[in-house]
Amino acid sequence: MAMSKVVSMAEAIGTYVEDGMTVCLEGFSHLISFAAAHEIIRQQRQNLTLCRMTPDIVSDQLVAAGCVTKLVASFFASGSAGSLHELRRRIEHHDPVALEVEEYSHYGMVCRYQAGAARLPFFPLRSYAGSDLPRLNPRIRLVDDPYGEGTVYVVPPLNPDVTIVHAQRADRHGNVQIWGISGVQQEAVYAAGTAIVVVEEIVDDEVVRSDPSRTLIPSHAVDAVVVCPRGAHPSYVQGYYDRDCAFYRRWTAISKDSALLQAWLKEWIHGTANHDEYLDKLGGDYWNDLAVEPRFSEPVDYGSRK
Amino acid sequence: MTTAPVGAISATEVIVSVAARELAGKGRVFAGVGLPTLAVDLAKRTSNPDVELIYESGVCGAHPAAMAEGIADSVVVSGAESVVSMSALFGYVLQGGNVDVGFLGAAQIDRYGSLNTSIIGDWDKPTVRLPGAGGAVEIMPNAGEIFVVMRRHDPSAFPAELDFCTSPSPVRARAAGDGIMPRGRGVTKVFTNLGVLSRQGPFDELELVSVHEGVTVDDVRAQTGWELKVADDLTVTAPPTGEEIHLLRDVIDKVRLYLR
Repeated sequence: MAMSKVVSMAEAIGTYVEDGMTVCLEGFSHLISFAAAHEIIRQQRQNLTLCRMTPDIVSDQLVAAGCVTKLVASFFASGSAGSLHELRRRIEHHDPVALEVEEYSHYGMVCRYQAGAARLPFFPLRSYAGSDLPRLNPRIRLVDDPYGEGTVYVVPPLNPDVTIVHAQRADRHGNVQIWGISGVQQEAVYAAGTAIVVVEEIVDDEVVRSDPSRTLIPSHAVDAVVVCPRGAHPSYVQGYYDRDCAFYRRWTAISKDSALLQAWLKEWIHGTANHDEYLDKLGGDYWNDLAVEPRFSEPVDYGSRK
Repeated sequence: MTTAPVGAISATEVIVSVAARELAGKGRVFAGVGLPTLAVDLAKRTSNPDVELIYESGVCGAHPAAMAEGIADSVVVSGAESVVSMSALFGYVLQGGNVDVGFLGAAQIDRYGSLNTSIIGDWDKPTVRLPGAGGAVEIMPNAGEIFVVMRRHDPSAFPAELDFCTSPSPVRARAAGDGIMPRGRGVTKVFTNLGVLSRQGPFDELELVSVHEGVTVDDVRAQTGWELKVADDLTVTAPPTGEEIHLLRDVIDKVRLYLR
């Protein structure tokens, strides 16, 4: 069996994320790797193209920190928690500079990852007839249906240089187990040149192999495994800790004021050497409100031939 | 955040209560971000306990123990019947034609029910950059019918021409003639702070079918950017019941996330 792929966060970002790269950071509200984004900010990467279906406040932070010059996305708010004001300043007022945006719908982004993962030239979907989106984004194109009448819209493959995802657990080889909302993480990892997986915990090989159907990302698709408990905060990890909804609500006020946002980055990201220090700064009691009640699944029987 | 005085019923509470009643008898409902999440929660407790709740996060058959603070909240996952990947959710569940009602919000709607959730003003340098398409572009053509909530009924939200068409009605899709034509009827109900609008066939216009208490037809016409049709059998909306208000305020949205 292959060697361990476990490395530190600083090493993973330092090795695989370079200035100018296209970086995908997926996770649909659930399992957003804030810790990896914060390390990208600490290492001061620049000119990144960031790909995320739902930019979330993690994008507000990366853009405000000067790491990102282009955003590829399909939704530009923070769910029910409000606007992403750094993004809005960049797009509405070009303040301090414009942010380049390449916009799709959710399924358009999903199809782009699927085409990327399968190394296909494009992917067709039923969407966009009569929509202004293809006029806004000329990369959404129309082709003749080769088997019937009419036309169909297609989107191009998305092949990030690096994809970073967060998960509940993996073994040291990088067999990654995810439960709850799994979003497009599997497609985004297979679409990427290299993949970094950040996990709440490393488990023994036997734990993974006791339940192989839960391994959504096999080790052959993974280049580095980073162990970073609570690394998805303020998003959540099903079964580990809940979403920090209070922080999401507070973010609206922070991001509305550019100076406040810069001060937040200075204090919480540049002012901490790594995620452990970020957690120390939050304090142990902080997690009382984010704790979840255990709710175990029933074990299943995979059987074993006699 | 303001809390309505005891007894006073807010426009949001009217919108959500009326929408929840209209979900009676509907099978599979795909709820979008915001008020739709609240309306399906109320419907599941009142008009339609058997409704199958579907969220674009991949959850099918949600049984949330508490109000979902978002469509990908952990409470919609715990105890759900199924959680699938987003490629399966959009590709098979939605595009495959398995959703009866899609439930959306929008910043602008036109007379045929096309929606703008993208841009107000200039495309290159917008006055307001709205949240964008999300899954609405997929929900509009693929769900059997669409319900829409509009918190603010005024000429800028109900214009003659949209600033940007994110999610087109079947009328607009047919006029464009490109891509795959929608399978659903498009928007069939619009719930606003003034009344309820309805469309019957896929190529019909919206018409006003009820006004809320204290609102006149002229009020609604004055706040609509086109010459609004009015149903012959126009009614006054039945106000929320005490039970609906109790559930909304004291059981579902205790933190006042949506009831603003």
